[in-house]
Amino acid sequence: MKKGQNFEKAMKRLEEIGEALESGDIALEESIKLYEEGIQLIDFCQKKLNEVEKKVQKLSRDSEGKFHTDQLDGPVSEEQD
Amino acid sequence: MEKRIYTVSTLTREIKEVLEKSFPRLWVEGEISNYKRHTSGHLYFTLKDENAQIRCAMWRFKADELRFRLEDGLKILLEADIQLYEKSGTYQLVVQQLQPAGIGELQLAFEQLKKRLQAEGLFDPERKKEIPLYPERIGVVTSPTGAAIRDIVSVIRRRYPPAEIILYPVKVQGSGAAVEIAEAIKNFNDYGVVDVLIVGRGGGSLEDLWAFNEEAVARAIFSSHIPVISAVGHEVDFSIADFVADRRAPTPSAAAEMAVPDRSELLGVLAYYRERYQNYFIQKLNTYRDKITAFKKSYAFRRPEDILYQKIQRLDELWRVVQSAMDYAMERKKQRLLNLKLQLRTLNPQEVLRRGYSICYKDGQILKNVKDLKTLDIVQVKLHKGQFISQVQMLGESE
Repeated sequence: MKKGQNFEKAMKRLEEIGEALESGDIALEESIKLYEEGIQLIDFCQKKLNEVEKKVQKLSRDSEGKFHTDQLDGPVSEEQD
Repeated sequence: MEKRIYTVSTLTREIKEVLEKSFPRLWVEGEISNYKRHTSGHLYFTLKDENAQIRCAMWRFKADELRFRLEDGLKILLEADIQLYEKSGTYQLVVQQLQPAGIGELQLAFEQLKKRLQAEGLFDPERKKEIPLYPERIGVVTSPTGAAIRDIVSVIRRRYPPAEIILYPVKVQGSGAAVEIAEAIKNFNDYGVVDVLIVGRGGGSLEDLWAFNEEAVARAIFSSHIPVISAVGHEVDFSIADFVADRRAPTPSAAAEMAVPDRSELLGVLAYYRERYQNYFIQKLNTYRDKITAFKKSYAFRRPEDILYQKIQRLDELWRVVQSAMDYAMERKKQRLLNLKLQLRTLNPQEVLRRGYSICYKDGQILKNVKDLKTLDIVQVKLHKGQFISQVQMLGESE
């Protein structure tokens, strides 16, 4: 699964939790669960946003149709297919 | 004197010689009619003005160099050799080069392709894909040495460092550039891991930007399953690629801004959520604590003691949850904790009562709605200092 999609889902869920909590007519037990879920999602998103930047990759495809990625600033090869 | 008798062949050959010698390579202006493209790739048409017409042919190897399409009614200027075809006794112009009259050939090619692709539905807004909100990887199709890639990298690193940038280096001008760009877009689709594509280059002349006006690029963008942001040139230049792309950015930097969200803005949103949740939660628990305190003190309280103790125990558990949430908040932001404490104080029911409010109970339950009451019901009213029992005389409207 793509991490990017998780991030998007997490952001959507945070909005839902906020609305549910503020609607006021949920049971206490339910609100505790929502609260804890919300805090976990916030931690996840903050961690994701604070990831350090990565080197720019250069993609190419050889005559056999295989993909190769190198760092843009130096040809340190890492193969992928 | 003896009559000179020609054979048809000699006469034709002599006419051919005279004709072709007297009219070396020449330029003619006129309008195209009866245009036909033969399956062999050769083009045939009639060039005409108000009073005359002349047949023309353009052989495939010349025709393939044309950037625009011939069509009836098009006014053109052409360079040609006149040629007599002996077998049919007809003459025609063999076209060496051809250009539109009154408009640049690139301009014409652009207008023609735009019209054709538009009619085919390649620019339809309902075919455009959404740009993802939080892309993990961004694919870039541009030159590895141009200003475009530098600008894109610097904007993305500033706005949203967690995004990974993958460049597919291509030629962005000159012959073969369009094919390379189209291939790169297809290859990114086969490769599959990027969430959005930026396709473009910095500004230049119409000739420099031409690759982005070619059909191959337009079709590759249209077929891409990955959303494409086009970024061709500077502000005002619109390219065919811009019309087909899911979004058009005026410059490569602007494309990078569209591709990623702003990290600091998002961190702000998350901090806001954390605060909102905590405030809400603390309020919720306070309400419960107040209720239980009220039960304990109530004269009308008639429930068995053990239920009370269960409630108290549950309350203690809940307070531990709040406590840990607050400890967490404390570590992160001492200032915020101070605010929360301040809020706790104002939410304390004793404080509320001090301000002149009172709480009304019936059978130990806090009354919130007049509908729960009947005339002559006995209620207990709690004030900041002391309490009293009261009987309902008259019921008002519930709002």
